[in-house]
Amino acid sequence: MSFNFTSFLNSCPGALAQGILWGIMATGVFITFVILDYADLTVDNSFCTGGAVCAMLILGGMSPAVSLIFAFLSGTLAGMITALLHTKLKIPGILSGILTQLALYSINMRIMQRANVSLLKAETVISLKNIPHSIVIGAGFMVVLIAILYWFFGTEIGSGIRATGNNSRMAEALGINTDTMKIIALMMSNGLVALSGGLVAQYQGYADINMGRGAIVIGLASVIIGEVIFGKNINFAIRVLSTFIGCVIYYLIITLVLQAGLNTSDLKLFSAIVVAVALAIPALKKGKVKGGDR
Amino acid sequence: MLQLINVNKTFNPGTVNENHAIVDFSVTINDNDYISVIGGNGAGKSTILNLISGGLIPDSGKILFDGSDVTRMPEHTRAKYIGRVFQDPMMGTAADMIIEENLALAFRRGKRRGLKWYITEKERQSYREMLSELDLGLEDRLDSKIGLLSGGQRQAVTLLMATINDPALLLLDEHTAALDPKTAVKVMELSHKIITEKNLTTLMVTHNMKDAIAYGNRLIMLDKGRIVLDISGEEKSRLTVNELIERFSASSGGELSDDALLLS
Repeated sequence: MSFNFTSFLNSCPGALAQGILWGIMATGVFITFVILDYADLTVDNSFCTGGAVCAMLILGGMSPAVSLIFAFLSGTLAGMITALLHTKLKIPGILSGILTQLALYSINMRIMQRANVSLLKAETVISLKNIPHSIVIGAGFMVVLIAILYWFFGTEIGSGIRATGNNSRMAEALGINTDTMKIIALMMSNGLVALSGGLVAQYQGYADINMGRGAIVIGLASVIIGEVIFGKNINFAIRVLSTFIGCVIYYLIITLVLQAGLNTSDLKLFSAIVVAVALAIPALKKGKVKGGDR
Repeated sequence: MLQLINVNKTFNPGTVNENHAIVDFSVTINDNDYISVIGGNGAGKSTILNLISGGLIPDSGKILFDGSDVTRMPEHTRAKYIGRVFQDPMMGTAADMIIEENLALAFRRGKRRGLKWYITEKERQSYREMLSELDLGLEDRLDSKIGLLSGGQRQAVTLLMATINDPALLLLDEHTAALDPKTAVKVMELSHKIITEKNLTTLMVTHNMKDAIAYGNRLIMLDKGRIVLDISGEEKSRLTVNELIERFSASSGGELSDDALLLS
């Protein structure tokens, strides 16, 4: 169990590619968790829905690029269901996400008809076999996405979504339909998550029923790492970028701990601890200040 | 312009905590009425405001705006008629958004929101002018987050937001109660200035008897979910605090027991 620096360096491009591709998913989490102040757990399986839709459409003969559009749309549907459970049927937010996530497992199995669909023989937009190319394509998606989100959240509707997340009572009093805002945001978020799932499936060469398990934690970790490094008082475009950078850093750390001898199966524990500690920092800081006062 | 007809509201019905907060409540608010609403804790002041704003739906009765029934209209739709300032200065603004974003959100109250940019350069100019009239030095801080402002500053901005596009009805819910006395006076004077300049129909709930007497052309006193006193014009302008206490005891058939109301 010795750390090999050269082999770490060798796996850096892979981590970068994964960070960017999963960063699209993390951006979805950013929209719900940070902007809308809604902990949406749909993510863990809408990610797989995107991958499943992409894989099956590609195997059915669709162009892999076009299949990504359908991956996005499948995610928006999943997000819409969570949003309707929450806004129209008044089911608590976290539970709405859990219900959709659970239901999606069955849906995803229906879509794929088995637990794992290989794309190794199919033509894909990006692939593990050509990592630099995948990084370039992924970065292209990232730049376009940042530009679109910067524009959208600067519009009247986007600003209404931010107001809903920041102070929903005020938003209502100012004539903003907060239900509609939540529906739009959750659809966008899960659309991005599924798009990310589609890209990841193409990149790794398969879609798997468990491919999104723990995605929400990776998304949160990325958002938090980005916030720690760049702070919150920065331009919106840079905030979105910081989530991508957070995700890349997350994958670099994962690569590092794997190189250091941790088992793949230990990663979820590791990720959970990282996120728990990061989320606890504000409370821990507060506790310290209080103690000092006494 | 606003009519409440036989409105009832009960909280926690059928439990030991059942509270018939609003009882067969009827009132007509006329155009340009400037009403101060007083009453002890639990008299139903905030409940009435919430029923009018749409935050609460009555169990029975009707609410009419200019003759049209809005009883079940959701709060965000009704918002086109109503500007509102809450007691809590944190409540009326979005802390993580900058001043101009907050004002622009308020400016679009009652208008359709689309994919246009959230603010225009022309608006920005007019916001700067409005803020400079507040005399709080906020005109150069359009891009500061609201969360960085003091409670008084936030309440002043909320007031601006509530009145920015001349609402048909302005609701002030003890909007100076959470401020320090000096700031409270300033915000009250500012409110009065805006209300009279724009000639806004206003419903102002207050804990402060002196304010209730000093401001407005009509005074409504509530007790146990009913109106016990409703005076306006000449009669109101001659009112004193002592007389108000006496009349309260006479009409409600009991002593005014709420110390907070007496002392303020």
